[in-house]
Amino acid sequence: MTYRNDPYDPKQVALLDPAALAEAVAAAEKAFADAADPDALTALRPAHLGDRAPVSLARREIGALPPAAKADAGKRVNEARRAIESAYAARAEVLEREQAERMLIEERVDVTLPYDRRQKGARHPVSTLMEQITDFFVGMGYEVAEGPEVELEWTNFDALNIPPDHPARGLMDTFHVAPENSGMVLRTHTSPVQARTMLTRTPPIYVICPGRVYRTDELDATHAPVFHQVEGLVVDKGITMAHLRGTLDHFARAMFGPEAKTRFRPHYFPFTEPSAEFDVWFPEHRKGPQWVEWGGCGMVNPRVLRACGIDPEVYSGFAFGMGIDRTVMFRHGVGDMRDMVEGDVRFTRAFGYGA
Amino acid sequence: MRVSVSWLREYVDLPAHLAPADLEQALVDLGIEVESIVDLGATVTGSLVVGEVREIEELTGFKKPIRFCRVDVGDANGTGELQEIVCGARNFTVGDRVVVILPGGVLPGNFTIGARKTYGRNSNGMICSAKELGLGDDHSGIIVLPESSPAKPGDDARPVVGLDDVVVEVELTPDRGYQMSVRGIARELAHAVGVPFRDPGLVPAPGATERPAYPVEVRDTVGCDRFAARMVRGVDPTAPSPAWMVQRLTTAGIRSISLPVDITNYVMLELGQPMHAFDADRVAGTLVVRRAEPGEKLTTLDGVTRTLAAEDMVICDAGLPNPLAGEGAGVPISLAAVMGGETSEVVEGTTNVLFEAAHWDPVMVGRTARRHKLFSEAAKRWERGVDPALPLVAIERAVRLLVEHGGGTAGDEILDIDHVRPRTPISIPADLPSRRVGVAYPPARVVDLLEQVGCTVASGADRLAEDPGEVGVPAGGTVALTVTPPTWRPDLTDPADLVEEVVRLDGYDRVPSVLPVAPAGRGLTGQQRRRRAVARTLADQGYVEVLSQPFVAPELADLLGLPADDPRRRAVRLANPLSEEEPLLRTTLLGPLLGVLRRNLGRGQRDLALYEIGAVFHPRPDAGTPPHMGVEHPPSDAEFAAADAVLPDQPRHVAVVLAGEIEPTGWWGAGRAAGWADAVEAARTVLAVAGLPDDRVTVRAAEHAPWHPGRCAQVLVDDTVVGHAGELHPAVVAALELPRRTSAMELNLDAVPAAPMLQAPAVSSFPPALIDVALVVDASVPAAQVQEALVEGAGELLESVRLFDVYESEQLGAGRRSLAYKLAFRAPDRTLTVEEAVAARDAAVARAAERHGAILRGA
Repeated sequence: MTYRNDPYDPKQVALLDPAALAEAVAAAEKAFADAADPDALTALRPAHLGDRAPVSLARREIGALPPAAKADAGKRVNEARRAIESAYAARAEVLEREQAERMLIEERVDVTLPYDRRQKGARHPVSTLMEQITDFFVGMGYEVAEGPEVELEWTNFDALNIPPDHPARGLMDTFHVAPENSGMVLRTHTSPVQARTMLTRTPPIYVICPGRVYRTDELDATHAPVFHQVEGLVVDKGITMAHLRGTLDHFARAMFGPEAKTRFRPHYFPFTEPSAEFDVWFPEHRKGPQWVEWGGCGMVNPRVLRACGIDPEVYSGFAFGMGIDRTVMFRHGVGDMRDMVEGDVRFTRAFGYGA
Repeated sequence: MRVSVSWLREYVDLPAHLAPADLEQALVDLGIEVESIVDLGATVTGSLVVGEVREIEELTGFKKPIRFCRVDVGDANGTGELQEIVCGARNFTVGDRVVVILPGGVLPGNFTIGARKTYGRNSNGMICSAKELGLGDDHSGIIVLPESSPAKPGDDARPVVGLDDVVVEVELTPDRGYQMSVRGIARELAHAVGVPFRDPGLVPAPGATERPAYPVEVRDTVGCDRFAARMVRGVDPTAPSPAWMVQRLTTAGIRSISLPVDITNYVMLELGQPMHAFDADRVAGTLVVRRAEPGEKLTTLDGVTRTLAAEDMVICDAGLPNPLAGEGAGVPISLAAVMGGETSEVVEGTTNVLFEAAHWDPVMVGRTARRHKLFSEAAKRWERGVDPALPLVAIERAVRLLVEHGGGTAGDEILDIDHVRPRTPISIPADLPSRRVGVAYPPARVVDLLEQVGCTVASGADRLAEDPGEVGVPAGGTVALTVTPPTWRPDLTDPADLVEEVVRLDGYDRVPSVLPVAPAGRGLTGQQRRRRAVARTLADQGYVEVLSQPFVAPELADLLGLPADDPRRRAVRLANPLSEEEPLLRTTLLGPLLGVLRRNLGRGQRDLALYEIGAVFHPRPDAGTPPHMGVEHPPSDAEFAAADAVLPDQPRHVAVVLAGEIEPTGWWGAGRAAGWADAVEAARTVLAVAGLPDDRVTVRAAEHAPWHPGRCAQVLVDDTVVGHAGELHPAVVAALELPRRTSAMELNLDAVPAAPMLQAPAVSSFPPALIDVALVVDASVPAAQVQEALVEGAGELLESVRLFDVYESEQLGAGRRSLAYKLAFRAPDRTLTVEEAVAARDAAVARAAERHGAILRGA
């Protein structure tokens, strides 16, 4: 092998000239920098890195060099190519980032557009409050007892120590099922559920009875002929009025915050003895912290226990009840009872789903 | 009851300065609800003085006669000159002393008095009526002070007319009749404030004499167990009632009538003993106290002629013949215990007055009062219980008052027919209050408190000594108490009543707060959980919950187009509905719910979706009436079941109603009107939420009022119809004035079976084979049936099927439609081959073809 015979012709290897290579690199860098987006950049690739690109052609010319020059020339070409590659990559990264950023801007929407494609439903606040109260007592181990709304006079009155001529019957403003002597009424309170519970269960009894009740009151701002009560009944050995108070205090705190408490006032109910009305201290009342009349309570009258088959010498019990509609009214500042019964969706929707 | 504090002070030594708020608290703590406490002294400000009328000039030419008066008000006007006042009243003459408010004074109602020109004269102040001073309702004339009044012109008129007093209005519970008197309230205040009480009911009164005050025969000693009477003869019929008495009656809301009648009312207010004053000269013979004969008539003092019932007690004049009631029975002259009669009442010229004070059966009085709708002051007291020891005391008080203020002579004879039975003592262990209340009351404290309310208490060894006292409160020892309640406390009959007295007097605020621990409960029942889930889901789906009133009109059944034999036409009827137009209870939720829908529409809402969960009421025909059940012992299971069987069936339903758009139009595009399909979907949703798998729910076409016969779905679970859904009948929509296409759903939630224990599917991880098929069938074939056939035919490899398109076209031919389904096949253990999937599809299509003549499009 002789070098002399190598077909080396400096003209044929002009592209290998360092200046030419530098120019190719510079041209590529400029072209890449001018590319406005990734597509334009991609389109430049064949011209600067493709088979016909100056650096590619220069590589081919290496063969024409004498062996002693090849290594040096190869190194030069490789450096030039790497420079172009790296310029390309750097530019591509910039352009792609720019494009991604541009896209995020261009795809921006008005997120404040309403999307109420379905009507808004709602729970009635009376229903949700009843559930809330029920849950509270179920959490304490109580069970939920229910009874019919058209009720026997016996369970609504007699069993509760309200005999036929008792003045309290007159106070109850009772709806009677026709004919008047049918022996049936629309229950005037949830207390008949107490009687039913005691007749069908054996102590210990811890129940909560939510439900609809009826009185012959014309609908006005503070009265409704149909309203709701929640009643609690406990019958167990050794139950005292202190237990009643403890239960109501605990309940009051759950409903009206840790500062809430109860106050008892002596009262009369035929089915409890001793009896009390109770007030709750409501710190968040819209008119400022104050006592609010909440419900009635007392120790189950032994006569009621006896009528319902429970031995009052062995067991004692307490019962309490409160109006739910009225509770919703003072708790949520409802000014007019009619809003509670008329079913105006604007009123009910304000309470949402009432989790 | 309204009573002045000055009257109470006659019997209880209240502190000289008792703030109204303290008074209220004392009463409330004892269980007496305070309606109002009014310090009368603060209701009129400025100069309110006594004036003496010196000159009256009648002014004429006005619409009504007017007087221009010159009134001596002493130095109260600062000049001593006569005060010139224009007055419209005419019930006074020169020399009368009247009550004058001078300019600058303010009357109740913030009515400021000024000097002004009226009827052409200067009027400097006003001569007042009782009503203007807030002392009662009497506006018939101005107040003229009685002769007996020592007041001089210029004196402060407040003490003279009672405006220096405090008036308490209390609401009493029905068990405590004794509190309906000055005596009772004073007693309670003595407990509350801890001050001495002088019981006006225990003052000595002379007893019955050998000779009766008047011949009286009590024929029914159950209805009337005591009857006392005494005569006052030669009373001055013109003697007026003393001013203080009139004032106290007025405060209590009782009109002054005549001295004898005022005295009976006064004694009733003071002692709580209702009384009656007869004009002895208007009674002909023996007074007979008996039950009325049915149909007997009596004109009571209010001028109403009443037909009596056999249970009413009457006082009769045996001097008048009465063939109906038999010999000597006499003619009723008084409806006993409730209201006197016209013929024997005290009148203008009465000089001989027979006072009667009796004791009547409270149950009888209550029934009589209700029967005749006569809730007189007397009846209210009788019904709540009157002290049977009072008659002679009351008579003595009345006789003395009449002799003092009306002259006359008290008769020597006193009648007292007394069949009152002594009280039965109550035995209680001394620690019972502690065990029931949870406060450790020492036995001595219990005895003391019971004695305070008037009980007689004897202690002895406890027959219940073995009672373990399991209440967590130390047992109070082995003392047994034998407690005899006072005569004025008929409400104290049971140990529990005594427990209440102990805790009431000791203070409810002393009861501690102890939380009992309940045994573990079982949480909500399935039905209860389901009801909540349904309610929440419907709300979540855009429905607004309604709690409507269940009262409906009989015409509703017609408006809803219910057929004549529809069970929903049989409704529970109320004997005393609030509105005669709506005497029935709903048999469907839709009536009231559509009413709420309409109310919302009337208030400008257009797009509405409402729901309600509530009971409907179906009477049980021929169920009769419940058997009689006592309260001495519980009813047997059979008795109670028989009673319960009389009650209407009261299943809980859920219903929705829809009108307008369920999906509103918006920037996203057009909205969608609510329609039959939404109602049906609501039914499916309810059942799904109730935990029933789709394959147990069937929806099929049905004709059922009030729905559109072509747009009504019957919804079944297994083979039981649980409800209907769809678009309402156009005739119903028109009759109820609802928007077109109003749709509704109603399900009987109680008829929906409990959710089954669901079984988990096998979830295959192999890829599915997805094949679409379009089947052409007669338009009359329900899609549900086509799908059912596909499912059956496809076999176990079918994972899911979904109808994704329905269309009709000319090309398909009239009465035909195309149903397009997406079928997904998948095997649990392998990747299906194309052949397997196609074979399954073919089997599915074949079943649909065989059963419904379905043709595979494009095949």
